Amino acid sequence: MRGRRAISGWLVVLVALHACVLFAGFFAPYDPTEQDRGRPYLPPMRLHFLDNRGHFHARPFAYALKLAEGSFDQYEEDTRRALPLKFMVRGANYRLLGLLPSRLHLFGAENERIYLLGSDAYGRDQLSRFLYGGRVSLFAGLLGAGVTVLLGLCVGAAAGYYGGWRDDLLMRLAELFLALPWLYLLFALRAFLPLAVGPLEAFFLIVAVLGAVGWARLARLVRGVVLSAKERDFVRAARGFGATDGYLLRRHILPATSSVLLTQAAILVPQFILAEMTLSFLGLGVPEPVPSWGNLLSSLQQYSVLVSYWWMYLPALIMLPFFLGYLGLGSELQERAEPYKIER
Amino acid sequence: MKPERANCSSRRIVFLLLFVLAALFTRPTAGSPPQNNSKEELLVLAGEMGHPGGRLVVALRAEPKTLNPLIALDAPSREVIGAMQADLVHINRATQLTEPALAKSWKISPDGLRYTLVLRSGLKFSDGYPLDADDVLFTFRVYLDEKVHAPQRDLLLFDGKPLSLRKTDSQTIVFQLPKPYGVAERMFDGWAILPKHLLEKPYEEGKIAQLGALATRPNEWAGLGPFRLKEYVAGQRLVLERNPYFWKADEKGNRLPYLNELVFLFVPSADAQVLRFQSGETDVISRLGAENFSVLSRQEGNYTMVDAGPGFEYNFLFFNLSDPTEKTPAEIVQRQKWFREAKFRQAVSAAIDREAIVRLVYQGRGAPLWGLVTPGNRRWQDEKLPHPPRSLDRARTLLKEAGFSWTSASDGEITLLDSGGKPVEFSVVTSSSNADRAKMATLIQDDLKQLGMRVAVVPLEFRSLLDRVTQTKEYDACVLGMVSPDADPNVDVNVWLSRGGTHLWNPSQAHPATPWEAEIDRLIDEQMYARTFEQRKKLYDRAQELLREYQPMIFLASPDILTGAKKSVGNFRPAVLEPYVLWNVEQLYLKNDAVNATR
Repeated sequence: MRGRRAISGWLVVLVALHACVLFAGFFAPYDPTEQDRGRPYLPPMRLHFLDNRGHFHARPFAYALKLAEGSFDQYEEDTRRALPLKFMVRGANYRLLGLLPSRLHLFGAENERIYLLGSDAYGRDQLSRFLYGGRVSLFAGLLGAGVTVLLGLCVGAAAGYYGGWRDDLLMRLAELFLALPWLYLLFALRAFLPLAVGPLEAFFLIVAVLGAVGWARLARLVRGVVLSAKERDFVRAARGFGATDGYLLRRHILPATSSVLLTQAAILVPQFILAEMTLSFLGLGVPEPVPSWGNLLSSLQQYSVLVSYWWMYLPALIMLPFFLGYLGLGSELQERAEPYKIER
Repeated sequence: MKPERANCSSRRIVFLLLFVLAALFTRPTAGSPPQNNSKEELLVLAGEMGHPGGRLVVALRAEPKTLNPLIALDAPSREVIGAMQADLVHINRATQLTEPALAKSWKISPDGLRYTLVLRSGLKFSDGYPLDADDVLFTFRVYLDEKVHAPQRDLLLFDGKPLSLRKTDSQTIVFQLPKPYGVAERMFDGWAILPKHLLEKPYEEGKIAQLGALATRPNEWAGLGPFRLKEYVAGQRLVLERNPYFWKADEKGNRLPYLNELVFLFVPSADAQVLRFQSGETDVISRLGAENFSVLSRQEGNYTMVDAGPGFEYNFLFFNLSDPTEKTPAEIVQRQKWFREAKFRQAVSAAIDREAIVRLVYQGRGAPLWGLVTPGNRRWQDEKLPHPPRSLDRARTLLKEAGFSWTSASDGEITLLDSGGKPVEFSVVTSSSNADRAKMATLIQDDLKQLGMRVAVVPLEFRSLLDRVTQTKEYDACVLGMVSPDADPNVDVNVWLSRGGTHLWNPSQAHPATPWEAEIDRLIDEQMYARTFEQRKKLYDRAQELLREYQPMIFLASPDILTGAKKSVGNFRPAVLEPYVLWNVEQLYLKNDAVNATR
């Protein structure tokens, strides 16, 4: 039962990660939109246990950073001002899960802001932005991938299983979707929509656009799998015994597509998070100042940010465990869901 | 050909004489230029003495659309044309004052209506063909021709009437204006003098606007600028070579330009331009953003980075004050009630943290703005214009006076309500390709949140943004920027005048919508035709004060002109006026060792 244990392992990891994002208000020390205009592009503060005289402190602390004389973005540690890390502090207002008003944060510092992942161009806390941003991106990505998979599965299975004119019709439709100039269609969509799109509307818009764009490729993949699966001996045998279409699809054919679907879904989620960046550029994404992972990554498109502020990469690095989690879970599920391996 | 002094009454005899002389002096073989025996009067420039030779490589953001000054609109075309053409009187980009160019002197009649310009003698086009007054007459005839659709044509009209010109001899031209014009001799800057011998035939055939494609053969194109066309490789580069007939010299009498070649590379993105410059592929760089400038300044390289100070770009926020049509969405009409309230706009202006914009958007390399004239414009800046610091208290007082009120939610968030109890929410559009302005909008959003206004920032692709602002007028507010091409206020009249196409908050009005717009119209029209600088300045200052009082444009900040050049480039003196680094391209040279290195 190695597989089952691995699956629950991956699940625990993913649940833990998603919990951090879901309870962003609690885990994030600050309001993600709050600007600290005196401290743009502040590098991550280092946590110390030893002070500069060599004394050990059980409570980790950071030294306050101050702007270097005459500079815009160079900071120096002010070793006279230590900021001890406090846990369970009261800070900015938020609503837990969007319902429960609260002011409790996991950690913080007194009187001064503490930046563990640095700050962005407006002096906003990158850690808070990352956690809050995940709420939008992760769930838009998941939901978008879900919509894509569902659409792709239905269309692909119908085309592959029934064949004939239905196959032709559905596949030509899929090809049409693949050939559409999406960028220009999105421009047109932008022109139709009201100018200001709220965060919630933006969220569903992203899900809808991503789902609509992605399904065609998946449908073609699924169709291929279904085509080969329906000619297999056990499927023919089952049909010979009088199994209905619904039974055949449910019991024999759709399980065969699971490997394609799971791997596709695991790839689609990170892809959609990047796609959201493009949408933001067209004014269809999550509007400022609401953070999203796409927004966080888009600052990396500038050369000056790339070479000057290394901590702007950190969000991309922290996203990795999420994506790895999906891929790991996907591959484990795939192994389990394929009772009959296809030998070549 | 010697200038003929003859009375106008005996025009026929002059004609005959000219004909005979022409027959005597011009060779019968077609194509070879006529000889010009008069002594050349070269313009001597002060400055570092350079060495001849070498090649300078510059990056352009896009391929120029044309070499034809009659139809050029885009910045890359203008930059290239600037190196290939010359004008009668030129504005020195460093001093911002006029200086003689093709015309060695000019005289303005006491009534301000007649301008007499005397051409330098011995001038030749880059193909060796001599220039005389006929070329100038031809040039202005073409610019004034409605069928040519030259974009600058409007500048030659005064109350709809064109200026007229005639020559008194082959070197003297008299411009007759229908009205006195405050801009005076500055108006001659930027009018490239065209070669009649090449363009007259296409002009008469109505084909002049099709000329000047980049693929034009070098022997079919000529100008009076320091460089002439040599080679064009589509999608890659445009190569210009030294014009051997150029009319400027250094103090030792060496003919300028120093450089043998000027190469324009087409490098589409700003970041790619920085990389090319860093790797040494290009010699100079301009139009740098503050971030890239500090990246280049921080890294040690064999280049010098120069902050030339605040330029002529002004960035501003404006509200949609256009008259609603039946197509305007009801919400916008509703919001326009707030926008039309001057106190609302004043409150927004008072709440904006301009210092933060300069610091966070331009990394301190810029200046906060309270009026349209930037600090870079030394002559025309209004020193009396107040610079009130950011004050949320003042903003709140103004809003209260205008009938707005506040409510606060349980979590401490405040909301501004109008007199009807509606929450104040609107959107600000910006161009998604301009990161600086998007940043400004985000800062403004946060500033106004403190007044309880809920602002959405909407990045739009630039063309759809312009379409919304000038055509459909479906927007609430917009952050935009403009660059004045010259220090004279005349270049911004279309922003000021209510009938102007770039009077952005309410463009192309048939009649001024408000009394203060009518007053601004009057002041601007009057200063255009006022005679002395002092009179004009007074009128212009008054117009700026009106703009400040009513805040139809809420000015934000003006960025510095940031440039850089390899240490080997001599005479590198960037100016805050366009073209920032190539304005003295004839004097740029490569220091000795570098000449060999580029070969």
